[in-house]
Amino acid sequence: MRILVCVKRVPITGGRMVLTADAQAIETKHLGFTISPHEECGVEEAVRIVESAGGEVVVLTLGPEEAAEQIRDCMAIGADRGIHLVSSEEWDAQATAGAIADAIRGEEPFDLIVFGNESADAGGYQVGIRVAYALGLPVVTGLKGLTVDGGRARCEQEVPGGRDVYDVALPAVVTVKEGLNLPRYPSVPAKLRAKSKPLDARPAERPASRLEKLRLVVPEGSRKQAEILGEGPGAAPRVVEVMQQLGVA
Amino acid sequence: MTLVFLEGVDDELSRQAVTLAESLGGDVRAVTVDGPFAPAAWAAAIVDAAGGDDIVGPGSDRGNEVLAHVAAQLDLPFAANVSEVRGDQLTRIRWGGTLLEEARLHADRKVLTAAPFAFVASVDSTQAQVLAPNLDGAVAVVDHIAPDTGGKVSLADAKVVVSGGRGVGSAEGFAILEDLAALLDAAVGCSRVVTSAGWRPHSDQVGQTGTKVSPDLYIACGISGATQHIAGCKGAKALLAINADREATIFAHADYAVIGDLHEIVPAIAAELRKVKGS
Repeated sequence: MRILVCVKRVPITGGRMVLTADAQAIETKHLGFTISPHEECGVEEAVRIVESAGGEVVVLTLGPEEAAEQIRDCMAIGADRGIHLVSSEEWDAQATAGAIADAIRGEEPFDLIVFGNESADAGGYQVGIRVAYALGLPVVTGLKGLTVDGGRARCEQEVPGGRDVYDVALPAVVTVKEGLNLPRYPSVPAKLRAKSKPLDARPAERPASRLEKLRLVVPEGSRKQAEILGEGPGAAPRVVEVMQQLGVA
Repeated sequence: MTLVFLEGVDDELSRQAVTLAESLGGDVRAVTVDGPFAPAAWAAAIVDAAGGDDIVGPGSDRGNEVLAHVAAQLDLPFAANVSEVRGDQLTRIRWGGTLLEEARLHADRKVLTAAPFAFVASVDSTQAQVLAPNLDGAVAVVDHIAPDTGGKVSLADAKVVVSGGRGVGSAEGFAILEDLAALLDAAVGCSRVVTSAGWRPHSDQVGQTGTKVSPDLYIACGISGATQHIAGCKGAKALLAINADREATIFAHADYAVIGDLHEIVPAIAAELRKVKGS
């Protein structure tokens, strides 16, 4: 099995959204970075499949030079090598999908191409689907369960009221959701091994955006003034009164 | 002219999408699709029915999936979870709704989904044309697995959610939350920290990458209030935060606050409820 997992570097935002002065991005001076939670599960799933079936896991990202950190994190989970399309600019979903599809065409064919269902930051819900169209592959989205066997993938998609099941022939594109598995914490030796795994970095030229970000805005009026019902267990009678007022107790 | 894809004629998010479609000006036509879900085939039927019109859908998982297929088939940009349109400019949500993006669309046709609860559902009783997609060779749903909730009320449907975060301290620490939940016919939820630590299954997680809930009352116990979590519980009609840290961000999102140790306060609330119910 040859599996490609596509990931995106995003800030760990904490409790409050603070923007840069030009309102083009989140102020990240004091923030750490990660990949979108859905994608962490995508990397873990790919590594588990290859651990049992053999093969190779390749991680691809489009992002700034610093996104190499996130590729190394994926290698610490167990990915074998990385492809880094280097650009410090923010790309729209259509351009991102085009660059990823081009990069995939330059590789030996993959059996499975894995995306997160949507990125944590832009939340466009489309890059995986667009890549599937560009490559002429079937695509199933929003997976909470995946079984690969005999050249086919059984895909369980989370829907209101349970899961819908699909059965597709490989090669295929899937997009996954957090909850597909519980990603491992990489061991120290795995982190050390990750440093020497092959990483192919190449510059990427951003085409014009067709969905052009103009500025970011922190939504107004989301801050509330809470009514303090009390401190410690002595607040319990007042809490129950409020529950009765709300009609829930 | 705008074509709007409905998941169902009575579906709340679909009727909100009709309102977005109406806001674009011009006539609005609604369609639903018959038969097993087959995203590419459904999208092809919608593309056919639309002619050259703009295409709008609900900002549900399925709506976003179908409209992404539509956009890929037409090679058009797709703006998911739009809250407002002004000519060729629009506002859409990012980070699960905790941040907004203003953007310009460079295309002669719009492909959009409506951000959930950004629009009031259209009151027009929607007459929808039913499309019959061509399912030959299509990727389609072949089976369905019903959820196993163990007879308990589901997180998404619960009127009350009792939710725990890092402050609960351990998997065993959730026993007092379970007890309070049972008294309120509530579901138990948790933050992402809790599922990452393995204290609770991911199906209990409320947040941007978990379940989005809209109960009458959300009780956040020992939850700091990261944007990841707020994105999942901001639909609650009322939020009660119980936290020992009076500077916790969760209080800025709360209607009611109790300051102190949840390990003392949660059992005290349960005892008070038993007293009131017993009398």
